[in-house]
Amino acid sequence: MAENGIGASVRRKEDYRFITGGGQYVDDINRPGQAYAYFLRSPHAHAAIRGIDASQALAAPGVLAVLTGDDVKAAGWGGLICGWMVKSKDGSDMKAGPHPILCQGKARYVGDPVAMVVAETYLQAKDAAELVEVDYDVLPACVATDKADQPGQPQVHDGIANNAVYNWELGDKAAVDAAIAAAAHVTKLDFVNNRLVPNAMEPRAAIGDYDRASNGFTLHTTSQNPHVARLVISAFVGVAPEHKLRVIAPDVGGGFGSKIFIYNEECACLLASRMVRRPVKWTAERSESFVSDAHGRDHVTHAELAMDRDGRFTALRVHTKANMGAYLSTFASCVPTYLYATLLAGQYKTPAIYCEVDAVYTNTTPVDAYRGAGRPEATFLLETIVETAAKELGVDPAELRRRNFIEPSAFPYQTPVALVYDIGNYGAHLDKALELADYAGFAGRRAKSEARGKLRGVGFSCYIEACGIAPSAVVGSLGAGVGLWESAKIRFTHTGVCQVLTGTHTHGQGHETTFAQLIADKLGVPIDNVEVVHGDTDKTPVGMGTYGSRSLAVGGQAIVNAAEKIIAKGKKIAAHLLEAAEADIEFQNGSFTVKGTDRSKSLGEVVFEAYVPHHIPQGLVEPGMEETAFYDPANFTYPSGTYICEVEVDQDTGVVEIDRFVAVDDFGKVINPMIVEGQVHGGLAQGIGQALIEGCVYDEAGQLLSASYMDYCMPRADGLPDFQIATTETPCTHNTLGVKGCGEAGAIGSPPAVMNAITDAIGVRVSMPATPEKVWRALQNRQMPQAAE
Amino acid sequence: MAKVSMTVNGQNVTRDVEPRTLLVEFLRQHLDLTGTHVGCDTSQCGACVVHLDGRSVKACTMLAVQCEGAKVMTIEGLAQNGELHPMQAAFREHHGLQCGFCTPGMIMSAIDLVQHNPSPSEDEIRHWLEGNLCRCTGYHNIVKAIKAGAASMGG
Ligand code: FES
Ligand code: FES
Repeated sequence: MAENGIGASVRRKEDYRFITGGGQYVDDINRPGQAYAYFLRSPHAHAAIRGIDASQALAAPGVLAVLTGDDVKAAGWGGLICGWMVKSKDGSDMKAGPHPILCQGKARYVGDPVAMVVAETYLQAKDAAELVEVDYDVLPACVATDKADQPGQPQVHDGIANNAVYNWELGDKAAVDAAIAAAAHVTKLDFVNNRLVPNAMEPRAAIGDYDRASNGFTLHTTSQNPHVARLVISAFVGVAPEHKLRVIAPDVGGGFGSKIFIYNEECACLLASRMVRRPVKWTAERSESFVSDAHGRDHVTHAELAMDRDGRFTALRVHTKANMGAYLSTFASCVPTYLYATLLAGQYKTPAIYCEVDAVYTNTTPVDAYRGAGRPEATFLLETIVETAAKELGVDPAELRRRNFIEPSAFPYQTPVALVYDIGNYGAHLDKALELADYAGFAGRRAKSEARGKLRGVGFSCYIEACGIAPSAVVGSLGAGVGLWESAKIRFTHTGVCQVLTGTHTHGQGHETTFAQLIADKLGVPIDNVEVVHGDTDKTPVGMGTYGSRSLAVGGQAIVNAAEKIIAKGKKIAAHLLEAAEADIEFQNGSFTVKGTDRSKSLGEVVFEAYVPHHIPQGLVEPGMEETAFYDPANFTYPSGTYICEVEVDQDTGVVEIDRFVAVDDFGKVINPMIVEGQVHGGLAQGIGQALIEGCVYDEAGQLLSASYMDYCMPRADGLPDFQIATTETPCTHNTLGVKGCGEAGAIGSPPAVMNAITDAIGVRVSMPATPEKVWRALQNRQMPQAAE
Repeated sequence: MAKVSMTVNGQNVTRDVEPRTLLVEFLRQHLDLTGTHVGCDTSQCGACVVHLDGRSVKACTMLAVQCEGAKVMTIEGLAQNGELHPMQAAFREHHGLQCGFCTPGMIMSAIDLVQHNPSPSEDEIRHWLEGNLCRCTGYHNIVKAIKAGAASMGG
């Protein structure tokens, strides 16, 4: 292994600037002459806008402009789009209602931007917004996920009957119905997957900057995928041709999915900048983030798992209603379909699976991908119903799972829900987790807890995920509007500095380090001589960005492929310099050597020769040392793992304390174990947050009641345990790195482990989040025998 | 406008500000010290923590004019002559940060903890951090970093 290469817990190269206050987040950037924007948002979930009178606001101190939907229309700009076409069972296209940049005639959720005030200072803009008079006609709101498509509900979009976005299905319905009819046992459950707010700690921000000389724009924005932002804003919103729009996503303070999407505010900042001929900056206040960042999850589901006499799963039938909010956000449509139902096989060889999904509009904030995106919803359902089945059958939950696992010899394995798993060994992480959690000692610990008047429970979750998104032809056939390959460019300079330009984006994942390790490993360049460049459409090759745990499995592989090209070119030069045949040149540890001799040239010497080609005959190679690779994966990658959670419940207060949490993951090859562990920690915290404390609450009028950190409970240091983390390894078979991706696993696998542990402790199921009040009430009801089930 | 003077990271500064200017706005906008962050509008996240006369405060919860004559230390003032403060070094060594947005507040808060509790236990650290949110790390490595930082601060 090269020093600081693959497998080393290298300390992060990016940390110095963050720990010294030198990070450059969008709000830290100021453009000369910059003005400030404040968005006036609808206080109503559903209202017709009869008129907007901005005259007083325009006269207020410092105000430069007030923009409304009419200004967007007048500019000829379009609205936001959803980039993934999902078709209903009957073959019809999903129903996408128009998604204006600023409301046009109607507001459809609390927070929908109605007007934008631009002023010399932020406070002037905010003050003046109070003077904008909006004549609202308040309409009844459609809020509840499970009722949205019922007759008589308020209609969110004109002409979209029953608020139905699509009615989609996957799998063999007839086979599933038959298997369920013939089953020895069927476990049936209803689920609510609670709606969450992603809550990256850095609020979204944007600076729109119009340049008169070039008739072009620069947009600084908090994005996980600046090229995708440029594409959508150019091709669909119609702001400017792509080459007239530069998108820069500098340091970004966490994303978790919420910064994938193209949002109203960044487009409005561009328009405002052109109107006032100055850069226009907007930074969300946290209260705005709560109502305007796309939310996550929000499913209502009924599921049935059928088994034979031996507890072997024979079929799974699922019906889900998925809340899309008021508009279809950028990738919203694929989350409860292709990122959800395709995961319902889990780690099991269930032969028949059928899933129906009804997506609905409601007068709530749009819902889109949030860490895990569809896969946590699938995992929660599957791992809860499997654990419940085990209880019903009186079989140990670990044993029932093991009985149904896809065996290591069965790979590649075609699931009944479209995916082909390339590799895995599920028994290996189950065994390791059982050992780490001291499952054998659980009964003793439970007795001890009982002696202290507490209830103890243990819960499992054996998750699988599909990441490394994604083979372009596959996602294209499923409706994706883009390809999901990734790009990399490796550029050496005269002096041997290596720049890696990547189409992915890092916002906490540590790419500047991990990608440098790839270069150290493949090319032998010390990581201090590697600079990873990302987040600027003018600098990096076109790339698709970071989400779906794809950066290493897709973007990292592109880097490795570019490195191979560097080596290939270097061999030609070295062969000439060493007067040997190209086929006789080996590259290792940064040196080109003539096989079987000690004659060699370092990569640095070869690079120098490439730039100063004084000894290279015409036509041997082009000068310079810079190579680009685009990599389209052959398949998804399939990380999997076993999580075991043990909780202790206080019967008097309903407080759930996590006593231990064991996570054993198979991410394939690991490049930087320290960073991977950190990713798991963060995912676990978000998953445990979902299980225990986080959840959006809307009232019947569509007001978001949980719209601040005083009302929306975030995981804090004193509510989380010390995690026990380990890995097993089956290397991915279709990338040369053998890597799978680790960013989402924690959030995908943990909620069912926690909830199963609580059910085990208290004997009844409660919904997420399992707040002390809910648990306490469940315990009170439990004491009445007739309410026991 | 009100005139306000204070010492920030050892430098005397005087500015004319609107009376409603928050300390964090003063630092970020008037002094261009953007290491201190704003993560919320309800005084809950701790991204804005700085030291005021040696004690940690949330800079979003004070007016600049309240700091007249005070000594303010921000994340930018911690490293001396290019040498990281032990707490900064510990965050790096123990991977106590991911996106880095909460990090300045975490480090400033942690140093204050250690100043009056030189060797805090894991529980004490977790409890102390109740005013600091991090969405990335699950706190696991932040707790480890603070423990190690406390040790190397001489606790
Ligand atoms: S910004 Fe000060 S506590 Fe959140
Ligand atoms: S490191 Fe991202 S919020 Fe803490």
